[in-house]
Amino acid sequence: MSLSDGPISDTRRRLLMGMAILPFAGLLPRTAYAAAPPTSAVNTTGLAVTDTEVTVGILHSATGTMAISETGSIQAEKLAIEQINAAGGVLGRKIKFIQEDGASDWPTFAEKAKKLLVNDKVASIMGCWTSASRKAVLPVVEQYNGMLYYPTFYEGLEQSKNVIYTGQEATQQILAGINWITKEKGAKSFYFIGSDYIWPRTSNKIARKHIENFLKLKVVGEEYFPLGHTQFNSVINKIKLTKPDVIFTDVVGGSNVAFYKQLKAAGIDLSKQALLTISVTEDEIDGIGGENIAGAYACMKYFQSLKNENNVKFVDAFHKMWGEKTVIGDVTQAAYLGPWLWKLTVEKAGSFDVDKIAAASAGVEFPGAPEGYVRIHPNHHLWSKTRVGRARTDGQFDVLFETADLVEPDPFPKGYQ
Amino acid sequence: MFGDYTLSQLGSIFVMQGFAGLILFSVYVLMALGLAIIFGQMGVINMAHGEFMILGAYVTYLTASFVQSHLPALFSVYFFVAMALAFVASGALGMLTEWALIRHLYRRPLDTLLATWGLSLILQQAFRSIFGAREVGVELPQWMLGSLPITDTIEVPINGIFVMGLTVLITVAVAYIIFRSRWGRQVRAVVQNRVMAGAVGINTERVDRLTFGLGCGIAGVAGSAFTMVGSTGPTSGQLYIVDTFLVVVFGGAASLLGTIASAFSISQTQSTLEFFMSGSMAKVITLLTIVAILMLRPQGLFALKVRK
Repeated sequence: MSLSDGPISDTRRRLLMGMAILPFAGLLPRTAYAAAPPTSAVNTTGLAVTDTEVTVGILHSATGTMAISETGSIQAEKLAIEQINAAGGVLGRKIKFIQEDGASDWPTFAEKAKKLLVNDKVASIMGCWTSASRKAVLPVVEQYNGMLYYPTFYEGLEQSKNVIYTGQEATQQILAGINWITKEKGAKSFYFIGSDYIWPRTSNKIARKHIENFLKLKVVGEEYFPLGHTQFNSVINKIKLTKPDVIFTDVVGGSNVAFYKQLKAAGIDLSKQALLTISVTEDEIDGIGGENIAGAYACMKYFQSLKNENNVKFVDAFHKMWGEKTVIGDVTQAAYLGPWLWKLTVEKAGSFDVDKIAAASAGVEFPGAPEGYVRIHPNHHLWSKTRVGRARTDGQFDVLFETADLVEPDPFPKGYQ
Repeated sequence: MFGDYTLSQLGSIFVMQGFAGLILFSVYVLMALGLAIIFGQMGVINMAHGEFMILGAYVTYLTASFVQSHLPALFSVYFFVAMALAFVASGALGMLTEWALIRHLYRRPLDTLLATWGLSLILQQAFRSIFGAREVGVELPQWMLGSLPITDTIEVPINGIFVMGLTVLITVAVAYIIFRSRWGRQVRAVVQNRVMAGAVGINTERVDRLTFGLGCGIAGVAGSAFTMVGSTGPTSGQLYIVDTFLVVVFGGAASLLGTIASAFSISQTQSTLEFFMSGSMAKVITLLTIVAILMLRPQGLFALKVRK
C-alpha cells in the first residue's frame, strides 16, 4: 500500500497540468510536435516509435465465439486512442494501432502477440479477453518484454511485470457484493451456478470461503455446466427444492441466455427471488432480453448508467463513434482505461521503454476514468470501487450501492485459496 | 437433500422434474428430426445443421422486429408467422445448398462433411456481418412467457408446453409425409436403391433436393422455437450440433423411430442425472453410457434392414 502512495503528489501535479492544457490541445499548431522529446531519448530498445508516431497493438477476437464479447473492447480501445490523439498524443506522438484478430483461438492469440512484438515492435498491446487467451499470451509478452493491458474481470492468482490488469480480480469484484446482499436481504443461504471453467470455479471458491468462514452462512448448492449448455430445467427444479435466499451465478456465453429465459419461464420471479450475478453486463442483457432478467443484481465496478461527469462524456463519445444503440458493459469500460493508463505511464516515465513503464506503473492515477478515479497498485491491478446494480427491463442497471472507498486489488488472497 | 420436505412438496418437484425431462426430449427431437431426414435418408453429414437452425432464429427475430414496429396489434400471434417464414427461408437455402454443393458430392460422404463444415463457417460469418457479433434478443408475446400453475405447487413453463406441442405436430407431419404420401414412398425408394428408383422413373435429383430442403426447413422451425429457450447469435448453432448428431447416431441413422427413442433415452438420463449430481458430471455419465452402448450396438438403437 505504502509503495503506491509515494509519488502521488508529484504525479497528480503533472496530471493536473496535463489536464489543464487538454482543452487547448486541438488548437496547438503543428509545430507543437517539434517540442516532443527526441526519439533516441524516449525509445532505447528499438520499439516502433518515430518522431511523430508510436505504434500499439490491439489483439482481440473479431471472429469466432468470443467476438460477441470482445467487439466492445475493440471499440473502446479505438475510442480511447482517437481521444488521446485529438488531445495531442503521447509524448508529442500520435498513436497508430495495428489490429490483429485472435479469432477466439488461444494459440492464434499467442502467435499474433509474437507477431506484434517481434515484427511490428509495438510499444504496448491492448488485448485478450478470456483467461485462456491471456494465459497463452503471457509467456510471449514476458519473453519478448512487451506490455499488455488486459481488460476483463478475472479470477486473480496472477501477476506479471509485463501485464496491467485493468479489470477487477475476483475478491475485488465479489466480496463487496456478497456483503451487500447479505445485509440488504438478510440472506442466510446461497446457491452457486456457474459455467465449467477456471473463472467461475475460482470465483465460487472465493465466494464459498467468504460465505462459510467469514460470514458464517450456508452454501446449499454448487453446480457447474459445460460451456454452451442450453437446458437448465433440472437445476431450476433443484433451486425450487432448496429455496436458497440468494442464487449466485457466473454462467457465461450462450448458456447465460438459456438460463435466464428458462428461469423466467419456470416462474421464478427475480423481484422476489434474489439473484446476484458476476457475469452479466449490459452486453449480455442485449441477448438475454431485459424482460427476462429484470430484478437481478449484478456486482462489478462499472455500469453504463453511472451518473458521474466522466461517464456521461464517455457514453456520449462512445455513442457518437459507434452508434446510439451500442451498450457499454464493465469490460468495455475497463478496455477504455488501457490506452489512457499506458499514455499516463509513458508520460510519467518519460519514455516508451517497457522496463521503465513497468517500473513507473505503480501509483499512476487516472482521475478521468468513466468509473471514477482509479490508480495502479504495485501488483499491477487497479484500485477501484465495487458497485451493485439491479437490472431494468430496458437492459440498463439501477446502481444501488457502491463501496465508500477504492477496494484494494488482492490477486493472491490469503484465506481464500 | 430431501430431509426437510413434506411428501406433497417432493411429489410436486418430481412431477416438475418429469416435465423438465419431457421438455428436453421435445427439444432433442425437434433439433434432430431435420438431421435424421438428411443424414438418415440421404447419408449426407450436414455439419451446417446448427446454422440452418440459427437462420430460422434470425428470421424469427426479424419478424418480431418488423411486427413490433409496423403491426403492433398482431404481436401476440406473430410467432406462428415467424415459424412458417423460418421454414421457408431455411428450406430454400437448403435446396440452394443441395443444388450448388451437395449434389456434386453424393458419392463422397467425407467430402460432404468438409463442404458443409465450410458452409457452416461461411454462414456464421455471414450472420456476424449482417446481424452483428452480439446475440440478439427476440421479444416474445406476453402469453408465451412465464409458467402455468397446474396446482399450488406444480408449475410448468409455457414455452416448454409450446415446444412439446410443436414437436408432436412436426413429428406426426414428417411421419405422414415419409410413410403415407406418394413423395415419401419415392424418398424411401431412393434411399433403398437409387439406381432402381431412377430406372422406374422417379426423378431422384428432385427427390434429393426436396428431402434436403425439408430437413433444413424443419431445422429452421426448430431454431425459431428455440428462441424461446436459448440464445440467438452467429455461433449459437454450434451449441446444438453435437447433441443433434449424438441423438441421430445413437438412434440408428436411417430410422425416425430410432431418433425418437434415442432422444427419449438421452434426455431422460440427462435430466434425471442432472437432478442428482452436477451438470458437468451428468453430461460425462450420459456420454459414457452412449459410448458403451454404441460399442455393443454400432448400428445404433434401431437399424433399417436393407440388403447391401
